[in-house]
Amino acid sequence: MVRHKRAKYMTTDTPTNTSPLLQVRDLRTSFITPQGKIPAVNGISFDVNHGETLGLVGESGCGKSVSALSIMRLVPNPPGVIESGEVLFEGVDLLKISNKEMQSVRGAGIGMIFQEPMSSLNPVLTIGRQITEPLGVHLGLSGVAAENRAAELLEMVGIADSRRRLGDHPHQLSGGQRQRVMIAIGLSCEPKLLIADEATTALDVTIQAQILELMKNLTSQLGTSLLIITHNLGIIARYADRLNVMYAGKIRESGTAEQVYLRPSHPYTIGLLNSVPRLDRPLSERLDPIEGEIPDPLNLPMGCAFRPRCRWVTEQCKVAEPVLGQIAGRQSVACYESKAVSGSVGITLQ
Amino acid sequence: MTVTPTASDRAVASDSEKSESDVLLSVRDLKVHFPIKRGFLVQREVASVKAVDGISFDIRPGETLGLVGESGSGKTTAAKAVIQLNRPGSGSVKFEGQELVGLSTSAMRPVRRKIGMVFQDPYGSLNPRMRAGDIIGEPLKVHGLAESQVDYRRQVSSLFSTVGLSPAMSERYPNEFSGGQRQRLGVARAIAAKPSLLILDEAVSALDVSIQAQILNLLQDLQEQYNLAFLFIAHDLSVVRHISHRVAVMYLGKIVETADSKDLYERPLHPYTKALLSAIPTPNPIHERSRERIILRGDLPSPLSPPPGCGFSTRCPIAADMCSATVPELRTLAPNQQAACLLAGSVE
Repeated sequence: MVRHKRAKYMTTDTPTNTSPLLQVRDLRTSFITPQGKIPAVNGISFDVNHGETLGLVGESGCGKSVSALSIMRLVPNPPGVIESGEVLFEGVDLLKISNKEMQSVRGAGIGMIFQEPMSSLNPVLTIGRQITEPLGVHLGLSGVAAENRAAELLEMVGIADSRRRLGDHPHQLSGGQRQRVMIAIGLSCEPKLLIADEATTALDVTIQAQILELMKNLTSQLGTSLLIITHNLGIIARYADRLNVMYAGKIRESGTAEQVYLRPSHPYTIGLLNSVPRLDRPLSERLDPIEGEIPDPLNLPMGCAFRPRCRWVTEQCKVAEPVLGQIAGRQSVACYESKAVSGSVGITLQ
Repeated sequence: MTVTPTASDRAVASDSEKSESDVLLSVRDLKVHFPIKRGFLVQREVASVKAVDGISFDIRPGETLGLVGESGSGKTTAAKAVIQLNRPGSGSVKFEGQELVGLSTSAMRPVRRKIGMVFQDPYGSLNPRMRAGDIIGEPLKVHGLAESQVDYRRQVSSLFSTVGLSPAMSERYPNEFSGGQRQRLGVARAIAAKPSLLILDEAVSALDVSIQAQILNLLQDLQEQYNLAFLFIAHDLSVVRHISHRVAVMYLGKIVETADSKDLYERPLHPYTKALLSAIPTPNPIHERSRERIILRGDLPSPLSPPPGCGFSTRCPIAADMCSATVPELRTLAPNQQAACLLAGSVE
């Protein structure tokens, strides 16, 4: 079924001597609107190592999807512009290569799965045609060979009677099955990195669990790295080795899942964790939400963008935006007050 | 009828209701079937979708019943049938002792004043061409609840403050509000006519978590202040646990388990409830890694051709032969806890 089993390169805990698969350096992507420039991604840097699962979490408008689109060079232009930064994939800067070279990276090097399986599949083409297309483009498979491989892929993602299903159109499949097809297409050319952008958000919880387990199992079998983008803190806790928390275009906290969930050290991370009703804890009378709303991206506050909603705000926060700094092991936080914030967690968490 | 929206007025009103009957809304064996018709000139009914297939529940004043289930389970259809937006095929819906099934549209109007609704989509459920103040004030006009223009304006601005918006925003249009603020407008409109029951259909599902928490707190405050009862429909079980006193789990048009919120989450009895609870990832990596998870096979069966016997038997991890032969009825397996499963054992 799986033709080339790739060796697992490393575990996430050991510092590596192999370089990361993907290195994003100071990436900035903006949208030019009649009202002004919106800095959707405002200087983010992170790595994805071989075989690891990285989570990118944040609320709507924080820039997590635009980050993924920028890596794939799929930001609609106009109005979007990737202004600066580097996206090094296996050492090659994807922002510097030609469109043609980029096309061979998409699908073969990096696969991507989007939220809406209905709108990412072409409604007038059969499932078979849509799976064989990347096989032809990237692997040069055609005819019977491509069809065999497509049937194999459908089976791999758990669609029974795969031969016959190749002739189906997207509307003949359920939402969960469509997302399975998207995973089959995403993994068809055995990319080294799979980006899943809110891939299970539109699905029911029991189907969501099926799809996530499938994605996690397949990527670990194939040794594929996984970048999960979601607003769901639970999904990241279950599946990601490390995570980045984004707010207003920047990474505010990053670390291993244990570090960030058990010892959150940015006020926004703590606010997020206290906002969700939690099944893993005794019932609380009231939630403790973050006050206020996400700032207008056209009119970000001076200094730290989270300042207007922050309980730990000081004078310093108004002057300049704090930069991401290491606080322990692999955990980094962009907050002047991170020591005080981190110390307060015992009261609010656990 | 006084028009001052004070807590004392509502308390008096709800006290008199309590003396009549302890139950605010009582639904019995409610069925909503949608016919499927074929034919061009002469249409014949060839089948029917049993969207809601015989459900029963009660809601007491000031209580929240959470109705959970996945898409297509019939929870929204059930809510619409309660307020007679979908005419039920059979069954009974009693609100404050009055039978609603079979009431004419005009006879329903005074009842609708007492049942407010909040919808999922804060963008689609507000008229983009009306000012916020007019949207919130419309129920007051429709039901004639304002004595004068001055009184109307006073009530509208008090509603704005109640839901945490500035009364100065009443001149704005919906597009000038954020998603969270729009849902506050939706809540203000729903409570404008001083209802005793709010139907909240996925009211917080579309909101970001930090905003969702704000709206949940607002709803709990309103419930306490006005002794409001909620029919809270959602697919998110962690949100339902937080806000509900009792919970009913729906699958394919039927209630498969109902219990006090605490019992349902601590000790689910139906295999579907167990699977639903285990499918929800919690924001705690240590808890996640140690937790047993039940991954259900397959999809929800089509409500057009539900499986014979127990509707859940096709996906059930413990299904036996008898499950595809007998339709399980809700059985009381523990105090205040009922499950419709042939194999679920009772709890002492």
